[in-house]
Amino acid sequence: MVAETRIITKRMHERADDSWTMEGALAAGAYQSLDKSLKMTPAAIRDEVSAAGLRGRGGAGFPTGVKWGFIPEHLAPRYLVINADEGEPSTFKDRMLVERDPHQLIEGIITAAFAIDCHLTFIYLRGEFALGYDRLMQAIKDAKAKGYLGKNILGTGFDLEIVVHRGAGAYICGEETALIESLEGERGMPRLRPPFPAIAGVYAKPTIVNNVETISTVPHIISMGGAEYAKLGVNKSTGTRLFSVSGHVNKPGNYEVELGMTFRQLIDDLAGGVRNNGSVKFFIPGGASSQWLTGSDEHLDAPLDMDFVQQTFGVMLGSGAVMVYDQTTNPVLVAWRLAKFFAHESCGKCTPCREGTGWLEKVLYRMSHGLGRPEDLDMLLDVGDNISPGLNAPFSQTTICPLGPSSVSAVVSLNNFFRDEVIAMCTNTPETTGAAL
Amino acid sequence: MTFTPENLATAREIIAQYPKTKSAILPLAHLAQDQDGWLTTEAMEEIAGLVGVEPAEVQGTCSFYTMFKRDPVGKLLVSVCTNVTCLVTGGPEVLEHLQAKYLTDGEVTIEEVECLAACGGAPAMQVNYEFHEHLTPESADALVEQYKSGALQARTISGAPVPVDTKGRL
Repeated sequence: MVAETRIITKRMHERADDSWTMEGALAAGAYQSLDKSLKMTPAAIRDEVSAAGLRGRGGAGFPTGVKWGFIPEHLAPRYLVINADEGEPSTFKDRMLVERDPHQLIEGIITAAFAIDCHLTFIYLRGEFALGYDRLMQAIKDAKAKGYLGKNILGTGFDLEIVVHRGAGAYICGEETALIESLEGERGMPRLRPPFPAIAGVYAKPTIVNNVETISTVPHIISMGGAEYAKLGVNKSTGTRLFSVSGHVNKPGNYEVELGMTFRQLIDDLAGGVRNNGSVKFFIPGGASSQWLTGSDEHLDAPLDMDFVQQTFGVMLGSGAVMVYDQTTNPVLVAWRLAKFFAHESCGKCTPCREGTGWLEKVLYRMSHGLGRPEDLDMLLDVGDNISPGLNAPFSQTTICPLGPSSVSAVVSLNNFFRDEVIAMCTNTPETTGAAL
Repeated sequence: MTFTPENLATAREIIAQYPKTKSAILPLAHLAQDQDGWLTTEAMEEIAGLVGVEPAEVQGTCSFYTMFKRDPVGKLLVSVCTNVTCLVTGGPEVLEHLQAKYLTDGEVTIEEVECLAACGGAPAMQVNYEFHEHLTPESADALVEQYKSGALQARTISGAPVPVDTKGRL
């Protein structure tokens, strides 16, 4: 049996009843890393984060220290934006971090802002997270009263304000350039890059956008030391990550594990295995945007290693959401619901995505509701090829952002693993025999 | 309806937080919706004046976001998730049950929404953005009734905790 490795979830477990209050957070060790970080130079903090091998926990897995280093020396002001617009289907880790340990996030923000010489940080919080908003606002108020935020933080001369900006229900705003548009009061439509946000982001000023979990990890890297943190994990996937396991498992929930554990250990040992003693038919390893894996030994015994799964299977660990489906599941129904999601959330800026996601949804609807045609699957692959030419991961794309290509993942997975089942399901339906007329 | 004096003061504080005023459109739209119960054309015009843009720009922004209701909704907004985890754990059944029960109830608006980030407790829903998890059609129904009777106190229509100047609406 394997166990969790609790670093960023340690405080919320230690003080389960009040980890979100100042009293509970301080008792669990909050803000102690600032004694160290605010005496370091910004460059030394960046080096420490790079030495830790910290990679973005939002989905793309980009090295955080490298990102911070992209800000041009001579440009100011700089903005730090925390992406708390968690909307990737079946991901629920950032919501937990915000609701249960807002002080850990604030502590990370202070160090990160200090490292990039930023004095105004925005937290773009998903609009639906009402409780998270309440707790975050209270935590900011309490942190100000204690001198952790505001002018001359802890006597160091460093000033920092945090503004919490509530979204209003748009998945696309989790994409960093769409998030910036939304923060500026616009529709959340992604921007063409370059220029990258680190050069011209919010108000065309240098901007770093980091995920909640990424920034919540920073205090621990400072406390432990980057080299020590990097000893955890496997290869270039260092440290721990939160995995949101859901679906047909006995104990769904968030599990913080050292990277390198296998999917089987995560699903069986931590999440309690498949319900009713069933077996895994397929699972989605990294949020709705990822291609799928099946219940084969090869897939279940693969390690939670961002690069390994990408290179070996063309899937991603993405946002850390693992959705498990047992043998009773109709994969076409799941694919249809995902397509419906992407069609609803497409912002409409790029034609291949705006039109393509709609067609995927319509055709998958009839396929999953007993009205498919045998040629439907190949037609969907053709539609998908217009959005993501080649249909291979990592995505190629005819769109500005990855939402469009993400919508194709489910179709490719149906073709890879369930082609015979899908075609059988779409043969001799009322649609093909004429009975539907 | 235009902002009450108290909410207008709040609106000005919100605007002052941002280096550029247009950034305040989303938070001001939430505030207006909390006050009026939905986002009226009049409110969007007032917001435009406050942040210094044309009304069409505010409408253009607000119409993009699903949380902004540009038609009246019930006092209770019940958002039921049917995305891929709730799909296989009973979300669609909860939705169908509530839709049928509250079809003609003007106080309750039932909507189908995308993933709420509550998949660990699927199927899930929100009532005025308060989370409720591990639902069955019956338990979801009972929760809505508790809100209706006042046994559970609902947030405002945009999810703020209750002490907001809603003119006694809730």
